[in-house]
Amino acid sequence: MSTPTAPTGHDAARNEWPLWEVFVRPKAGLEHKHCGSLHAPDAAMALQLAREVYARRQEGTSLWVVPSSQITASDPGDRDIYFDPMEDKVYRHPTFYALPESVNHM
Amino acid sequence: MYTQAMDTMGRDGPGEGAARPVRSVEEMQRERHLQERFDARIDDGGFIEAKDWMPENYRRTLLRQISQHAHSEIVGMLPEGNWITRAPTLKRKAILMAKVQDEGGHGLYLYAAAETLGSSRDEMLGALHSGRAKYSSIFNYPTLTWADIGVIGWLVDGAAIMNQVPICRCSYAPYARAMVRICREESFHQRQGYDSLLVMMKQGTEAQRAMVQDAVDRWWWPCLMMFGPTDDQSPNSAQSMRWGIKRISNDDLRQKFVDATVPQAAELGVTLPDPDLAWNEARQHWDFGPIDWAEFWRVVGGDGPCNRERLQRRVDAWEEGAWVREAALAHARKHTDHTEPKQVSA
Repeated sequence: MSTPTAPTGHDAARNEWPLWEVFVRPKAGLEHKHCGSLHAPDAAMALQLAREVYARRQEGTSLWVVPSSQITASDPGDRDIYFDPMEDKVYRHPTFYALPESVNHM
Repeated sequence: MYTQAMDTMGRDGPGEGAARPVRSVEEMQRERHLQERFDARIDDGGFIEAKDWMPENYRRTLLRQISQHAHSEIVGMLPEGNWITRAPTLKRKAILMAKVQDEGGHGLYLYAAAETLGSSRDEMLGALHSGRAKYSSIFNYPTLTWADIGVIGWLVDGAAIMNQVPICRCSYAPYARAMVRICREESFHQRQGYDSLLVMMKQGTEAQRAMVQDAVDRWWWPCLMMFGPTDDQSPNSAQSMRWGIKRISNDDLRQKFVDATVPQAAELGVTLPDPDLAWNEARQHWDFGPIDWAEFWRVVGGDGPCNRERLQRRVDAWEEGAWVREAALAHARKHTDHTEPKQVSA
C-alpha cells in the first residue's frame, strides 16, 4: 500500500498513527501557512484533530492536512545551490536600473 | 518545566549516552567544519532548523528538555482535571475545561517539536510511562481544595510563563515556534486563576479566604523550586546558555518571579509563607528565605505526595485507550483498501 493514509516503515512497526502537517489560512485573502504537525490514523481524523490542536482560538478560516511523508524538501546543506546564484543576478532587482529622477517612480 | 529538566540530568536515572563508533580522519575534519558553521550561526543569534546539522549533545539536550516539557503539560492536566466535575459554577467549569484542553494542546505542540529531533512519539511516551523520563515535579503535589485551582493558575502558571517566555528565543526553531504559541495562550491561564482567587478573597466568606491562604501556603515553596537548583548547583546551565537553549539563569528567573508576585499577593490580601521576605533597597529586589532543596530532590526522585498516582493515571489512560487507537488504524486501513481503485483511476 503506497497511499498516504497507510502507515509504513517504522510507524507500522510501532503501530503509531502516521504524521500529518497542518496548514491554516488565517483569513480569506491570505495563503495557507504551516502551523505544526500531528498524528492521525486518516485524513478525516487529521482534520478533526487539527481543529482541536491548532484552531482553538479562531486562528483561521480553512485548514489543510498533508501526510508528512508526501512532502519533498530541499536539503539545508544544499542551500547555496538553490539560493546563492540569485545574488549575482543583480539585474533581477528594480534598483539595478538608474533612471532620471523625473520618471523614477516607475 | 524546562530548566529543571536540564539541571537534574544525571541525577534522575540512566542517561542515553551511547558509545560512539571510531571515525576516520576525513569524518572528523568534516565534523569540525560543520561544528564551526553551527557555532558561527549560534554566535550570530541565528536559528537551527530540524534538518540542519547539529552536535549530538545539542540534539540530546534539546530532546530531553522538550520531551520532559511535553510530559509536564500532559501530566499537568491531572491535578486540574481533578476539579472539573466539582467546579463551583458553570462559568468556572467552562474556563477550567478550556484551560485543561490548552495544556493538552501544549503537550502536543511540544511532542511534535521533539519528534523533529529524531525520537518517535511512542518512544517518548514509553520513557514517561516507564519512569525513565521526568516531568515537572510541581505536578506531584495534590489539589486538595477548589482554591488550589486558582493558585495553580496564578502561581504555577505564573512561574511557568516566567520560565517559558525566554524559550521563545531558543536557538532551536521548532521549539521556539511551539513556545510562541504556548505563551500566547498561557496568559489567560494565569489571569483566570488570579480572577477566581480575587472573587473568593473579596466576596467570599471567612472560610473561603482561609482556604485561599492555605492553598498559597502549600504551593508557594514548590513554585519557587520550579525554576530549578541555584545557579551554582546547575552544572549544565553554562553549556545551555552557550547554545542559546537557555537565556536567563535559574536564580534570575526565580528573583523575577518573586518580585512580580509580591505585589500581586498584597492586592489579593494573602500572605506569602516566608518570614524572610523583605524588600532590599540596595538590591532593588525582594529577599526571600532558603528553599528546602532536600524536598525538591525527594520529589524529583519519585517520592513526592502524588508521584505514583500521577504516573499510574497516565499509564492507565494509555492502556485503556489502546483499543481506540487500534480501531482507528484498522478503520483507516480498511477505508484505504476500499478507496484505492478510485485513487488509481483518478
